[in-house]
Amino acid sequence: MSGNLRTVSQKVWDNHVVHEEPGAPALLYIDLHLVHEVTSPQAFQGLRDRGLKVRRPDLTVATTDHSIPTTDRSLPIVDPIAAKQVSQLEKNCAEFGVPCYGFHSEHQGIVHVIGPELGLTQPGMTVVCGDSHTATHGAFGALAFGIGTSEVENVLATQCLLQRPSKTFRVQVSGTLKPGLSSKDIILALIAQIGIGGGTGCVLEYAGPAIRSLDMEARMTICNMSIEAGARAGMIAPDDHTFNYLHGRPFAPKDAAWDAAVARWKQLPTDDGAKFDREVIIDADALEPMITWGTNPGMGVPISRPVPEPGSIADPLERDSVSKALAYMGLEGGKPILGHPVNVVFIGSCTNSRISDLRTAAAVLKGRKVNPTVRVMVVPGSMEVKRQAEAEGLDKIFRAAGCDWREPGCSMCIAMNGDQLQPGEYSVSTSNRNFEGRQGKGGRTFLASPLTAAATAITGVVTDVRTIL
Amino acid sequence: MKPFTPFKSTLVPLPINNIDTDQIIPARFLKTTSKEGLDKNLFCDWRYNADGSDNPDFILNTPRGRKAKILLAGDNFGCGSSREHAPWALTQFGFRAVISTSFADIFRGNALKNSLLPIIVPHDVHERLFALPEDAEIAVDLASQTIQLPDGQRIEFPIDSFSKTCLLEGIDELGWIMKKEPDIAAWESRRVQAFDTRSLQ
Repeated sequence: MSGNLRTVSQKVWDNHVVHEEPGAPALLYIDLHLVHEVTSPQAFQGLRDRGLKVRRPDLTVATTDHSIPTTDRSLPIVDPIAAKQVSQLEKNCAEFGVPCYGFHSEHQGIVHVIGPELGLTQPGMTVVCGDSHTATHGAFGALAFGIGTSEVENVLATQCLLQRPSKTFRVQVSGTLKPGLSSKDIILALIAQIGIGGGTGCVLEYAGPAIRSLDMEARMTICNMSIEAGARAGMIAPDDHTFNYLHGRPFAPKDAAWDAAVARWKQLPTDDGAKFDREVIIDADALEPMITWGTNPGMGVPISRPVPEPGSIADPLERDSVSKALAYMGLEGGKPILGHPVNVVFIGSCTNSRISDLRTAAAVLKGRKVNPTVRVMVVPGSMEVKRQAEAEGLDKIFRAAGCDWREPGCSMCIAMNGDQLQPGEYSVSTSNRNFEGRQGKGGRTFLASPLTAAATAITGVVTDVRTIL
Repeated sequence: MKPFTPFKSTLVPLPINNIDTDQIIPARFLKTTSKEGLDKNLFCDWRYNADGSDNPDFILNTPRGRKAKILLAGDNFGCGSSREHAPWALTQFGFRAVISTSFADIFRGNALKNSLLPIIVPHDVHERLFALPEDAEIAVDLASQTIQLPDGQRIEFPIDSFSKTCLLEGIDELGWIMKKEPDIAAWESRRVQAFDTRSLQ
């Protein structure tokens, strides 16, 4: 990708091309490889079968997050299959020399929470993980994307991947978020607008004044869900927010190396006048809290609006998808979603489990009680987030309100660990996917922000947080 | 990887858009440390009733669904997670190709690495395929990048030349990358080292 004017993604790409030849994808170097228990065992076995080592254990970090319980850590993992998977990761890491923040580590957490909080994720890096929400790390101006297990094996063995450059797609967000809104509403609005395949083949770059005013954790929420628009990655050019967040973190550069790094990072933002293959504009001033009503993250509406009426949709397959989603969700077309009863509120996941998310939810719940009809789970994203929340007394606010304060992990976002909805149950969830059965077979998910989740926890029905602020 | 050879098969139609990886293989089956045995839970929540019995209305439980090697799916097949368990489950069940108007990026890459051919066709061809009779056979030929309809018409489909060669010759990507070792080593020698992840242990 040569040319004078480049986007941030093109700059990071250019800085990592190891080899190019006609008729083959580029060989791209990977700066940081994050590993977890679910998508890595077959890759480590592949290395063993071929007699290979991990080429760069010093650029690799593992943790357990997907299949672990979020209950008392002093207890063993009850599910024997999950226990085996977790111990297999720990064994693989020991055998191959990969640092592992395992089940009992003080640094354990959701892989996309610990990378940034440890300062591992840095501007201009290439970051991969066998997890589609790796897009999260793009908030730092890193080119970060999810890979399959074969590619996990490729990176373990060679620190490289065969990749083709993506198209560039700028999402310009103008205006300012109003009270009661958060970055989750921006990304849900974008996906509702462009659809869950709308970003296929693209790297999204989020830009504009509304993005610039967001802190790093709010930016991570946006980049995290880039994959829900089908995008390969999502990026935000680094700025002072980025540098201030990173400064002093365990793996961030120090002293003279810090100054040199910041000087390099300041070269990364997209050049003025660089061309994008596609562009959309979102007006933050016009947004209201968003909520999904259907069975993919693109099926979302402003919270005061009714769900779609299938009869008004011309395309037959599209009409079928809407009807099928409404039937699964037990909703009637054309009716409002506001006021719909829910059984569970889930505050957590790599989208919204960071300290600022918990502070936001706690501010709504402080001095209030959870509606007795609702089970509320608050799952911090990492041990570090949990320690910080407890130092600030957020756990006491949650517990006093009647929430369940749990140990870190992916939990009910992916429902692999026993944290799940029962068939037919409804949740308002701060996670990223509302696919059929995602939070438990037959479970029904409304995706929303931590503010909407906390407001719903109090009333027991889908609630516009602006009415209780 | 075995070389990808031409074949003929009837179709398994799943006329649903945006079939996500949680439907292809629900997350609760990803606790395995093996690649094997995933086929029995392919499309699990659509395929089985609450009591574990077969849902007779789901196509994979019909004679048509059991023998065909080509899945004909709605737009944007394979969206969602990066789990390679999705193509593993599909190939273990017997599928060798999926036809759609579009595929999610990660799924498409994972499929190609497992000899599962993602075939992209235009909307009009997609509609014609869905309208074919149950016993209609489609011929898939990767070398010519075509599918042949029962009336003899050949439809070309796109695939990048590298993936095509890898599939046809059974080349595995890791072996190919490892031949570039001198380039990787040279590149690494110029690289600015940011950290050593082992230093916090």
